[in-house]
Amino acid sequence: MEKGKLKEYWATNLKYLIGLLVVWFVVSYGFGIFLAEPLNAIRLGGFKLGFWFAQQGSIYIFVVLIFIYVTLMNSLDKKYDVHED
Amino acid sequence: MDVQAWTYLIVGITFALYIGIAIWSRAGSTKEFYVAGAGVPPLANGMATAADWMSAASFISMAGLISFMGYDGSIYLMGWTGGYVLLALLLAPYLRKFGKFTVPDFVGDRYYSNAARTVAVICAIFVSFTYVAGQMRGVGVVFSRFLEVPINTGILIGMGIVFFYAVLGGMKGITYTQVAQYCVLIFAYMVPAIFISMQIAGTPVPQIGFGSEAVDGGGYLLDKLDGLHQELGFAAYTNGSKPMIDVFFITFALMVGTAGLPHVIVRFFTVPKVRDARVSAGWALLFIALLYTTAPAVATFARYNLIQTVSNTQYAELPNWFKTWEGTGLIAWMDKNSDGAVQYVKGDAFQGKPEFTGQTGELGQRMLANEPVADNANELYIDRDIMVLANPEIAKLPAWVIALVAAGGLAAALSTAAGLLLVISSSVAHDLIKKQFNPDISEKSEVLIARISVAVAIMIAGYFGINPPGFVAQVVAFAFGLAASSFFPVIILGIFYKRMNKEGAIAGMLAGIVFTAAYIIYFKFVNPAANTPDNWLFGISPEGIGTLGMLINFAVSLIVSKITPAPPEDIQELVDSLRYPKGAGEASSH
Repeated sequence: MEKGKLKEYWATNLKYLIGLLVVWFVVSYGFGIFLAEPLNAIRLGGFKLGFWFAQQGSIYIFVVLIFIYVTLMNSLDKKYDVHED
Repeated sequence: MDVQAWTYLIVGITFALYIGIAIWSRAGSTKEFYVAGAGVPPLANGMATAADWMSAASFISMAGLISFMGYDGSIYLMGWTGGYVLLALLLAPYLRKFGKFTVPDFVGDRYYSNAARTVAVICAIFVSFTYVAGQMRGVGVVFSRFLEVPINTGILIGMGIVFFYAVLGGMKGITYTQVAQYCVLIFAYMVPAIFISMQIAGTPVPQIGFGSEAVDGGGYLLDKLDGLHQELGFAAYTNGSKPMIDVFFITFALMVGTAGLPHVIVRFFTVPKVRDARVSAGWALLFIALLYTTAPAVATFARYNLIQTVSNTQYAELPNWFKTWEGTGLIAWMDKNSDGAVQYVKGDAFQGKPEFTGQTGELGQRMLANEPVADNANELYIDRDIMVLANPEIAKLPAWVIALVAAGGLAAALSTAAGLLLVISSSVAHDLIKKQFNPDISEKSEVLIARISVAVAIMIAGYFGINPPGFVAQVVAFAFGLAASSFFPVIILGIFYKRMNKEGAIAGMLAGIVFTAAYIIYFKFVNPAANTPDNWLFGISPEGIGTLGMLINFAVSLIVSKITPAPPEDIQELVDSLRYPKGAGEASSH
């Protein structure tokens, strides 16, 4: 692939990565650990919210994040014509 | 049929299945032996990765640990799943594009250095052996409880099974066996969890059940559990008691360690395309999440059930499971106040693990030789592992469910052991012998050497299973700490920082490992008495220190690479080509 195009492709990839990793950090370390205590004041049925994020919520979001990444990258690969046949 | 017969039947059927698969999928070439011919469909690879990753510890011990730790148990839940996001986004697709067989292979080629390759080989072998010893022990424990054979016989049977499919089938055999093992272990985990959720919370979905209202009334289950905990002197179940900084550092070390473990990384070399590597990380986490979101529910149910059943109950009125498990030494009761009832509150009932005198007390309890701890009223000793293994009996489930749990525990332990043994054998045969001592070796001899090294590795693993070094439990922190502080930064920088050179990589790996290993060795082996929060650096426990080791590795790598020459032109081109998927097929042919 020509250099300029590769730079563009890579920059977009990095943009996706940073966005997704920010969400990854916020749900696990943010909601599950640092803000767990204040969030525990909010209830989700029988769950305190901070506790829920630490034991359930962050795991669900991790799974979703990977599948979002896969979708984004598949269309980016097509756009720059670097996908595999 | 009784439990014993069911267990023989179900374990026998699953073992026959694994062996059948191994014969069907035996490996011919090195490529089949190391990476299953790079032809595994992503969904199957996801299942195999999940089985590979979920060990005896995940299956047998994790729910029990969470059950006693409450909120603090989240370090395992988030730590051991969050690493897959890092794997999927930062490692898997690029390593698949690179397309070699092992992690040391990547390190050696990217950093154009056999010294770097050797450091990576040593880390890979050390991490894998640390892990596999624990797995063999897990196999022995499950066998001895459910088949009523001595632990050592159980380990020998386990060695025989793994020997058969790892030596014969290599990665190809292991992969398809692991797919079957995933199905067995997840079924075995979910069935009792669903039954117990219906009994306690009135819903078949455990993930919802532990946040529901208790069937026996009195409000939400978690609130009742918090209340019981406070009554008995424990920290509230949903708040935990670890300091926040330590929770943060341990969770991070487990996440980064997961992403750096060689037996997990190597699974992403086995799919046909870069696109498949990305999505198979997603499938892997989905399959893992099924168990990992059930575990905290099992933990809550088991904790609630335990306290309700035993607390202030007359020994004579205790259910049968209590006495069965008393027989295995995983639970023990010392009637300190001689009232014939079980007092369960915060604190150790007595010093050390139970040592039975062989006599029984007037109520039929096994008498203990241990020194009682006088400053608390607690009378109960419970091993954490009991929570998953005894659960079906506690919930009065039919005999076949109990047998199923035995088969599931064995599947979890055997699949992880096989994956680790393959990493050891490919590190020896490929990275040491082929790449460093004898590059002209024929493919046939290389496969033979790989088979022999699996066989030797099984012997060593079995030896450690039968004669467990006292420190097996402690060294798990080692495996994660080392993976976090050595592999992770070196691979990340190799992909995302083109200017990173061999000087930086080697200096960084050494700094990270030496710091992390020294810290853990000091607090775990040299001076265990000093292993208290007051003496820790910034309040970080040895379990969490890998995070700091990783930061040190990053810092040293960056500084050293700045003051040393840039890597050669062809390496910079290699890094460019890692960054887009096209052409992965070519890169993987050798």
